[in-house]
Amino acid sequence: MGIVQILFWFLTALALVSALMVLLSKNPVFSVLWLIAVFFAISGHYILLNAQFLAIVNMIVYAGAIMVLFLFVIMLMNLNKETEPQKNIWMKIAGAVSGGCLLMVLISLVKQANEMTGKTALMKDGNIGLIGNLGKALFSDFVVPFEISSVLFLSAMVGAVVIGKK
Amino acid sequence: MPIQYYIFLALALFTIGIVGVLTRRNAIIIFMCVELMLNATNLLLVAFSKMHHGLAYASDKASLVGIDGQLFVFFIMVVAAAEVSVGLAIIVMMYRNTHSVDINFLNRLKN
Amino acid sequence: MNNLIFLVPLLPLIGFLINGLGRKSLSKQVIAIIGSGSILGSFILSVLLFLQVKSTGTTIVANYFNFIEVGNLTIPFAFQIDQLSSLFLLIITGIGFLIHVYSASYMHDEENQHYGRYFAYLNLFVFSMLLLVMGANYVIMFIGWEGVGLCSYLLIGFWFKNDSYNYAAKKAFIMNRIGDLGFLLAVFYLINKLGTVTYVDVFANVSKLSSQDITIITALLFVGAMGKSAQLPLYTWLPDAMAGPTPVSALIHAATMVTAGIYMIARSNILYTMAPGTQGFIAVVGLVTALFAATIALKQNDIKKVLAYSTVSQLGYMFLGLGVGAYTGAVFHVMTHAFFKALLFLGAGSVIHAMHHEQDIRKMGGLKKFMPITNITFLLGCLAIAGVPPFSGFFSKDEILAAAFEKNPILYYLGVAGALMTTFYMFRLYAMTFLGKFRGTHDQEHHLHESPSAITFPLIVLAILATVGGFIGIPEVFARESHWLEHYLSPIFAGSTALVEAHAVNHSQELLMMGVVTALVLVTIVFAWNKFSKYEATATEETGLGKVLANKWYVDELYDAVIVNPLNAFSGFLKNVIEKSVIDGAVSGVGRLVNYSSRQLRLVQSGQVGGYILMMVLSMIVVILLWINDATIIRFISKIF
Repeated sequence: MGIVQILFWFLTALALVSALMVLLSKNPVFSVLWLIAVFFAISGHYILLNAQFLAIVNMIVYAGAIMVLFLFVIMLMNLNKETEPQKNIWMKIAGAVSGGCLLMVLISLVKQANEMTGKTALMKDGNIGLIGNLGKALFSDFVVPFEISSVLFLSAMVGAVVIGKK
Repeated sequence: MPIQYYIFLALALFTIGIVGVLTRRNAIIIFMCVELMLNATNLLLVAFSKMHHGLAYASDKASLVGIDGQLFVFFIMVVAAAEVSVGLAIIVMMYRNTHSVDINFLNRLKN
Repeated sequence: MNNLIFLVPLLPLIGFLINGLGRKSLSKQVIAIIGSGSILGSFILSVLLFLQVKSTGTTIVANYFNFIEVGNLTIPFAFQIDQLSSLFLLIITGIGFLIHVYSASYMHDEENQHYGRYFAYLNLFVFSMLLLVMGANYVIMFIGWEGVGLCSYLLIGFWFKNDSYNYAAKKAFIMNRIGDLGFLLAVFYLINKLGTVTYVDVFANVSKLSSQDITIITALLFVGAMGKSAQLPLYTWLPDAMAGPTPVSALIHAATMVTAGIYMIARSNILYTMAPGTQGFIAVVGLVTALFAATIALKQNDIKKVLAYSTVSQLGYMFLGLGVGAYTGAVFHVMTHAFFKALLFLGAGSVIHAMHHEQDIRKMGGLKKFMPITNITFLLGCLAIAGVPPFSGFFSKDEILAAAFEKNPILYYLGVAGALMTTFYMFRLYAMTFLGKFRGTHDQEHHLHESPSAITFPLIVLAILATVGGFIGIPEVFARESHWLEHYLSPIFAGSTALVEAHAVNHSQELLMMGVVTALVLVTIVFAWNKFSKYEATATEETGLGKVLANKWYVDELYDAVIVNPLNAFSGFLKNVIEKSVIDGAVSGVGRLVNYSSRQLRLVQSGQVGGYILMMVLSMIVVILLWINDATIIRFISKIF
């Protein structure tokens, strides 16, 4: 078992446990923190896959900007364990059971998909995840979506301000 | 690593996100779970991009096959960031009106 | 001439269309002229055709187009003119024309549009009957067969505002339908066995059929004839058919409709000759009907009812003739019967007309001095039907009875008994109507008058025919080679006569029988004349057998009890139980189920987003499960557990 495998399993376990803790935490602040842990674990996976640019962006945008925004809102509203609304126990069980069923069905689907067996993801080799190559592709082939996404950002910004001012 | 491991991991994260949406009433938590689901798909996209790249890499080291998958992830992050900014604005407004983030107050769809 | 054949039925059809469509705009005079004129045209053409057939002796088959063409089966729309059909054409169009002329006057009180409707129906009736007679195969015959059934329904229920008339019309139609089913089955059987229904082909290939097949076909055809020609047990519609206008009764009883069965059997004589079982059955049914109807007629007081039962009885004689193989005799009797029965009915119509629609003979009497022409012609008709020589009925009835004697003397004796009853009730009718003194109201007596010439003219013509009509069939006893009709029709019945060895009764015995019967008939006439010419209305109820006869042997009541009431009860059960609880229950149950389930389903729409998402997830599961094949899932689940 090489270092890659060890890291893979460690990051997987971290992601799953943290994701579960996001659900199970009563306090919303803890949920946010656990979610940040999930994002770090996923960033770790990106690094393992040699997708360096995405790993960094994931950490900066998600774990940094977005989650701070979440944390900020939660703290602004003074949400804590006491104010956390609780669902009916039956609704929780129904949600858990149906989610479990969906997972089982999806896994069975993947298991019977023959074209997935025996294929591997290239781990540390390959240079498509490097910022240079991505940048070239982004500003040549994907330049139009890139520019449109900037318009999207602008409209989101305006929208957020308009909604927030009401 | 076998691609199936990544698929299973992504599915598990995705399902956890779904269960979170189903079982929680706090709008912010639900929103976070949506983010979790987006990340699960991101991870899967990157894994698939590397899988396809790996097939081409064996013959051509300089090949850029699979780069579009990673660019997709990039765009998803862009959209997610925009979504979060608007979504949080809505939640803040909702809190301002109802003094609660419980989505069960938002049952106007009934009538 | 041959290319004018299609005009014979076409003219009445055109008359029907013009009168039917123009009944509101045409005047009565025009309607009567069109109605009668079209039949007159057909009659002239029929005479020409008859003369041609008589001189050349050939059979003409005129093919027009293929009516049905399915697989190997081809049914042409074709007319066949030979000795038999040309004779029937003469009867139908000739007597039909006289009845039309008569109707023009008789129905004059009707409103304009009903007058037009009446003539349209009459023309359609004649058209259907012509189609029946002229058709060159059983299917064309069946079209006419159904057509006359329809027209009888329309005409019996002509005064549709009276409910009981409508019931009579429905009764006639339903009784006929029962018989028609037999006819139709016979046609199907023929198609199945021989693949053709054209007369020429069927009769040429008759040897290909097994005797059992022939028996079945003939029996089924006879069921059809039973309905159409009012034999036991399907005769009850005919007396009720009196509900229609009197000329219609004359048309149904004399020229059309009821003779259809006789014509059909005479046409298929070869088949019947080869099925002795069916023939015996026909003879028995005919004889029983003849006696049965005669006994009922003895006690009826409605002038038209007496005549109606006498028709049933006379039809019984015709079937007796067919049953014993005297095809010529049966056709002969059809002809003479058409003369005198049309005469009697039209005479009765004249009486009813004069009596202002009073039909009860107990309230008549002494009409002799008021209506001399009607009186004389009616008397001639009575003499003819009674079989007094030399009137026409004598020859035809004698021929049938002689043939019956050859077959079995018992048939003969019973037939003679029926003939005597016929004589008795006819002269009872005559004496009560025309002799004695008038028993009606003073008002009626004041209005008594002889009918107009449009009514008396057909009476006179028919009276002449009824008197001399018998001379075309003088028996061999009186003069050698004198039976012209037998000679004329011999090509039609050649196939049958070849199969049966002829053994004529010796002449002295035949003469003796004729003499005895004539003497008995005369005695009966004198008896009835004396008994009823001084008839006085008495209030005594009929008792015993008389009551049974007056109530027509309670046959209608029997049918009601055995068939109609159980059917009514059954349909009532279906209506009240099956329809209300089962069918309605199912229908409204579906509605209630939808209502209930939608009320339950409504609860799902709670407005809670969580519930919607849960539903979405569950649906995703279901969709995926449907997508991947289920064997895989089962394998996977069994792997897990």
